[in-house]
Amino acid sequence: MSRKKTEQEYRKTFAFHFFRWLNGEKDPYLGEVEMKPQEPYKETEEEVKARIREKNMISRRLYGVAKSKEMKGLERFYKAASIIFCCILIYLLLFTVSYLPPVGTADRPVNNEVPQRYIENGLQETGAVNIVSGMILDYRAFDTLGESHVLFVATVTVLILLRLDKKKKNDGEISIEEAEANDRIYEPKNDAILQMAAFVLVPIIIIFGIYVILNGHLGPGGGFSGGAIIGAGLILYLNAFGFQKTERFFTEKTYKWISFGSLSFYCIAKSYSFFTGANHLHNIIPKGTPGAILSSGLILPLNIAVGLVVACTMYAFYAMFRKGGF
Amino acid sequence: MTVFTYLLMGFLILCAISVSLSKNLLNSILIYMSYSLIMSIIWVILESPDLAITEAAVGAGITSVLFFVTLKKIHAIGGKERSDEQEENGTGIS
Repeated sequence: MSRKKTEQEYRKTFAFHFFRWLNGEKDPYLGEVEMKPQEPYKETEEEVKARIREKNMISRRLYGVAKSKEMKGLERFYKAASIIFCCILIYLLLFTVSYLPPVGTADRPVNNEVPQRYIENGLQETGAVNIVSGMILDYRAFDTLGESHVLFVATVTVLILLRLDKKKKNDGEISIEEAEANDRIYEPKNDAILQMAAFVLVPIIIIFGIYVILNGHLGPGGGFSGGAIIGAGLILYLNAFGFQKTERFFTEKTYKWISFGSLSFYCIAKSYSFFTGANHLHNIIPKGTPGAILSSGLILPLNIAVGLVVACTMYAFYAMFRKGGF
Repeated sequence: MTVFTYLLMGFLILCAISVSLSKNLLNSILIYMSYSLIMSIIWVILESPDLAITEAAVGAGITSVLFFVTLKKIHAIGGKERSDEQEENGTGIS
């Protein structure tokens, strides 16, 4: 029989405190610790001048020190030491390389049964004409999943470091509106040559990227390179026409949903494939005829997923670096 | 073909050395771009076109654009005199 605690008893439990803290209803420091708002940092013109004079004096004195004999000797010693260190490092590395087996011989340690299996049975087992695609998206698909997640984590880190808030908070930080205004002032806009070139080039670049992604299992290319090409096309479009035009089809929400959808699709599709492969279950994904565009099972959709993630990541990197937001 | 390959290898080493020796950061990035381009041609000669496409798109394209944007943010492209002026006037101090 469960007993419902009274309000007074519940207020003493750990769960009450935990959920109150989780929902942000009470600040644990408020009322407990004495706090004073920080005074805004201000300095008069004389102080600024004094500071600059001091800085110039220090730099002059340092410059004088750099001219002295001892410093010159040290500088020369550092230069000589760095050259000797580089030479020793190069010698050690080349010495190690000389012990490696020569390239192209039959009895190298890399010539074991693994590449033999890939080369002989790769086409049958994966259905991909391009063996590299078959390897990275079928045999070693787990590695590729890790790679796409590394890209995603890199974007999240850049987001944490460079993102600006929607609202202005402190005195030092600039809000996203100010950043947009700065961007509008400092970046050249309505450049006729750039716009005309982008007008011609961007569709071709993006179509080439789509071609590279869709032909990943038939020829050279694949998700990563195709996605990078599409990202480059998007960056060119952004440079020519500005953020107002790109916001019509690419916002932060678009980035979020495309990344989330692609990565989770990759996870689910590949876990299904691993599960059926490991447990000898019937695989419902057909291999198709090798050489056709709709062939080789999961490789084509996985390529598309990786390409979408990479294209969005490249565009997001650029937008973050330039403005601090989409 | 071997002469061409050795020529490319020589350019590669030349680019790698001159990136670190160049005083101008903008020149360094441009040399780095050409390094990537030569590297992608070498990948084609080594019969790995997958890597060649990725090297050309990422190495010569995206990375250099990100470097350019970073240089612009820290006022390293053509902004040397301006930032010095700001220091003198006391406006560049936050």
